[in-house]
Amino acid sequence: MRKLRIVKDKTARSVMLGIAIFTIMLLIVIGLTLFFKAFPIMKEKNLWVMLTSASWKPFKGDFGFLPFIISTVYVSLIAIIIALPLSILTSIYLNSYASKRIRRFFEPVVDLLSGIPPVIYGVWGTLTIVPLISSKIAPRFVEYSTGYSVLAGGIVLAVMIIPLLISIIVEVFRSIPHEMTDASLSLGATKWQTVKKVILRKSFPGIIAATVLAMSRAFGETMAVLMVCGNIAQIPLSFFDACYPLPALIANNYGEMLSMPSYESALMLSAFLLFIIIILFNGISRVTLNQIERRYQFS
Amino acid sequence: MKQYEERIFKLIMIGASLIILGILVYIVGTIFYKGLPALTWDMISKVPGGGFYLGKEGGVLNAIAGSVYLIFGALALSLFLSVPLVMYINFYLPGKSWFSKIVRFSLDILFGIPSIVYGAFGFSLMIYLGIRASLIGGIITVAMLIMPIMMRSLDEVARLLSRDLPDALLSLGATRYEMIKVLLRQLMPGLATAILLGIGRGIGDAATVLFTAGYTDNIPTSLNQPAATLPLSIFFQLGSPVEEVQNRAYASAIILTVIILILSFSARYISSKFSKNSI
Repeated sequence: MRKLRIVKDKTARSVMLGIAIFTIMLLIVIGLTLFFKAFPIMKEKNLWVMLTSASWKPFKGDFGFLPFIISTVYVSLIAIIIALPLSILTSIYLNSYASKRIRRFFEPVVDLLSGIPPVIYGVWGTLTIVPLISSKIAPRFVEYSTGYSVLAGGIVLAVMIIPLLISIIVEVFRSIPHEMTDASLSLGATKWQTVKKVILRKSFPGIIAATVLAMSRAFGETMAVLMVCGNIAQIPLSFFDACYPLPALIANNYGEMLSMPSYESALMLSAFLLFIIIILFNGISRVTLNQIERRYQFS
Repeated sequence: MKQYEERIFKLIMIGASLIILGILVYIVGTIFYKGLPALTWDMISKVPGGGFYLGKEGGVLNAIAGSVYLIFGALALSLFLSVPLVMYINFYLPGKSWFSKIVRFSLDILFGIPSIVYGAFGFSLMIYLGIRASLIGGIITVAMLIMPIMMRSLDEVARLLSRDLPDALLSLGATRYEMIKVLLRQLMPGLATAILLGIGRGIGDAATVLFTAGYTDNIPTSLNQPAATLPLSIFFQLGSPVEEVQNRAYASAIILTVIILILSFSARYISSKFSKNSI
């Protein structure tokens, strides 16, 4: 009887260890699978040439990723530029100014924004942002725009990364010891001066880490951006031109392109690139954020 | 001057917060405004008649049923891995184990991998295993997507659990396996929150199921058949030139939004009701 209990415990332990190792391995397996799938095209063509060429003609064997890379970067940068100030200001407000009631009211707001599925953001974008750009904003700057553009993608993406930014930045603010802000306030500084001189300065690394994390989220966002950015393989010359980010390229073409091995391999290469860049960005910001959290726990 | 600056910045901050609140209202409002006229009983009780892309009749029951089957399959698969993993790193391993640190870090990274990459990986895996686009393919891929979220959220609750109970159980001579069976009961609210979060993320994601689950007008009757899903029913039907079909997309959008609203509020309710140290 006693033995059975011990055997059960030992079995459970090794099964659980197996699951834990499986979880770590999953990351490596995903990376390796994408790499091997992308390998044929990397052997056939020079990687650097593919990354810097703007000519995308899969049926002639031209795989230039530059338009897609530039589109991804543009859309993500616009999203960060819009989302970051809004998120920082809101986080400061929630952390230092708002009453308990307002804070409790705002938590579900942020929750909901992060819970809304990408495809709903896409529908919202096509119904509101795209017509707004084509009829109101674009005519002031360029002759003609369909509205499906870099700017539309950037705005929709901005809304999508705001909840992520707010939740991390609020955490970072909370990690600042109360003694510091209290000291500043007791010396006669106003709340805003305390925010400016103590909180923002102290949480600068955390805000950078949050931005990098949000950037990596923006790089990988697929459905919503695909629905509003026009999907034309060109280097966008203005904010009102259509663009074609990497995830949209994969989503639009993968699955149907199995008949052309080099095309499939090229698409897998773009998935592999996304994977590597996002892991790098994620890794850097997570390490930074974990350090900040640890400092908070022991102070 | 000081007070002046103070007041201006406070106004700007309130403005920023109001903009964010306004955006949420705007999004939900747009979806309801467009979707409500299209939302009829047929929408949720019938499959599309004459093809989902051009047929004017019927509703989106195929997508609702497909999404429900898919998410429950994925949830079961993910729970089967999440619960043991969280128990292991929290209650089997010592508090400052390097192994649990590595597991947590990989979970953070897995959480950040975009759904399109999971989709592409799931599809390659399916080709390797010889599975066509089907319910089972979708279930495996969505399970991978929601696993890190569920593990992380359960882990956060497990970490906060007081160490007294485990210590008491162990000192009474229980094995660790017997101990976690008792502790699991303590973690039920956390588990419920993790499940709701997982459902919310999994049911709304389109990029994972795009290649792996396929799309069909029918309700799948076995794991090997393709399954329609709500996010894809929005995406595909919105692209149709027929107005009735587009309306079906808006109705699907409202259904998905309502599901997300319910899930989000229930998760918040559960975690606020059962957490001892609420804010």
